[in-house]
Amino acid sequence: MKNSPSLDDQLEMYRKMVLVRQLEESLGELHKQGKTRGPIHRCDGQEAVGVGATAMLSSDDYVTSTHRGHAHYVGKGLDIHKIVAEILGRETGYCKGRAGHMIVASAEHGLLGGNAIVGACIPAAVGMAQSLKLLKSDRVAMCVFGDGSAQTGICHESMNIAALWKLPVIFVLEHNEYGLTVHSDEQSAIKDLYKRAEAYGMPGKKVDGNDMLAVYESVATSVDRARRGEGPSLIEAKTYRRAGFSTSDMGGYQSEEKIALWEKKDPITIAVKKLKKLVEPTTLRDIEELAIQHVKDAVDQALADPYPTFEPHAASNPYRGVVL
Amino acid sequence: MTMQRYAEALNSALREEMARDDTVWLFGEDVSTYGGVFKVSKGLRDEFGPERVLDTPISEQTLTAMAVTAAMTGTRPVLEIMYADFMPLTLDALVNQASIYEYIWADQVQMPFVLRTQGGGGAGAGAQHSKSLDVLVAHVPGIKVVAPATPADAKGLLKAAIRDPHPVVFLEHKLLYNSRDEVPDGDHLCEIGKARTAREGSDVSIFATSKMVHDALKAATELEADGISAEVIDLRTLRPLDNTAIVQSVKKTNHAVVVNEGWRFCGFGAELSATIMEQAFDDLDAPVERLGTFDMPIPYSEPLETSVLPDAEKIAAAARRALR
Repeated sequence: MKNSPSLDDQLEMYRKMVLVRQLEESLGELHKQGKTRGPIHRCDGQEAVGVGATAMLSSDDYVTSTHRGHAHYVGKGLDIHKIVAEILGRETGYCKGRAGHMIVASAEHGLLGGNAIVGACIPAAVGMAQSLKLLKSDRVAMCVFGDGSAQTGICHESMNIAALWKLPVIFVLEHNEYGLTVHSDEQSAIKDLYKRAEAYGMPGKKVDGNDMLAVYESVATSVDRARRGEGPSLIEAKTYRRAGFSTSDMGGYQSEEKIALWEKKDPITIAVKKLKKLVEPTTLRDIEELAIQHVKDAVDQALADPYPTFEPHAASNPYRGVVL
Repeated sequence: MTMQRYAEALNSALREEMARDDTVWLFGEDVSTYGGVFKVSKGLRDEFGPERVLDTPISEQTLTAMAVTAAMTGTRPVLEIMYADFMPLTLDALVNQASIYEYIWADQVQMPFVLRTQGGGGAGAGAQHSKSLDVLVAHVPGIKVVAPATPADAKGLLKAAIRDPHPVVFLEHKLLYNSRDEVPDGDHLCEIGKARTAREGSDVSIFATSKMVHDALKAATELEADGISAEVIDLRTLRPLDNTAIVQSVKKTNHAVVVNEGWRFCGFGAELSATIMEQAFDDLDAPVERLGTFDMPIPYSEPLETSVLPDAEKIAAAARRALR
């Protein structure tokens, strides 16, 4: 079927989801050990959205992301060691330790980039899409954003402009039910945000965000549409934020029952169940073990990497004749 | 040389740069079919097509964010924000996005965009259409801020801003659009970050930007009648600031008046004053005189508005105080 991933693609998506899960667990440990700085926003249980939505993109397609972007980074093909090194503030990180985990970017992968201002990744993708249109390119720009972002004014402005100008944007709404501690029911009068798409004049779809195949197939159709110059689409992927807002979150506002319910719908479990019908269990086990080891090695390497040394930045501060 | 109005000089700059470089495009409210409310983009839609000269919805936040990311992905947007009073709407895109990425992403991207806007009082436009908010952006590292006072500089600096690989905020003044002066023919470029001596003098230096340069020149003529020789330095660029020109002039006259049309408190004059104190203290014979708009909302009624804005008379009085 068109827009269905090959078996190799599916195994690669599975591998990337395991990478992300191990990355989140390793970062949780590093945070407890005091080896990271600032908060870490984990995406455990949301891996299928970021990985499934980016799997059909080329490296020169653009993706803009959020403060909870690890699955988007890995989905777009970023190297685990350089991600971890960035999060640990090392010279070897994607941004030489200047960005930290929320604002990672890799121009060579078209990931520009994580964004810690809620909603800001949405107009960012629209601007990129406008450039692509002017350059008469068939490349696309995707923003992956949350239900919190969907309530910003710039989300409205962006969807209106993208639909008006038929820009090659894919709006992937990763609905994880929470904006920090406040549930989406207390932020929006409607539960299904994809319905807004119709009002902007673009297709809107809802998909099980914990099923990587469903996410892939739904997004791939929208990517094809955008490449044909037919304009943007909105895909709402329903998932759940099992982890707290960040490592600084004290919790107490999410029910244990609901978390348990969503643990049963874990995206990796769902993927394994489907893949077991296609490959030997040992194949999946080998992929899992190698992925886990890959992250462990990346963490060890990053911990041994050097810190950057401070230098002024001429483009930021082009005063004449001022000594720091 | 050709006699041109300030608005025509800007129009020439846009036309020449669009003809020179296919990746330059314009967007903003009313800029395309109507040619801009101050007619700066007049005729450009006809010449370059609606794909490169776009009327937009009233969505300043998103338009600015789009300029940032379009600039990092292969095109050179020139965005018109109709009034400087609307600049607060652009600030997330400038302060949290444009200003950080070159440094934070370790120079993986550059952002060659220009945000043009116009500010200033004296037209009876009221408290929401008369402000000079230069310092809102001049405060932020990573963004150049240019404010031409003459048609020649308007053209030369806008052409330089469009070619600059970094973000440039280009501040025009509503009362200057109809001012006429000679503009060099051909590919006239002015270096961003270089001040201009608008009038040579030996007793007191008046440092000004934008329309205040003309008020300072009127003040200098008035002072000349009293036997006072005032030097007028048109800073042309707020950031990067031409410290060298400032220090040289103070060394010559030993007296300084700084004037910017923004509010006085925490205004651009404070930066100029501090720069003189830090770098030319031993050359000063008197405290620096600082002028700006009186710290209150800009009122509508003519006698009220005139009272709060700096002008030639107030500048001349400040120069006399400095020399007392």
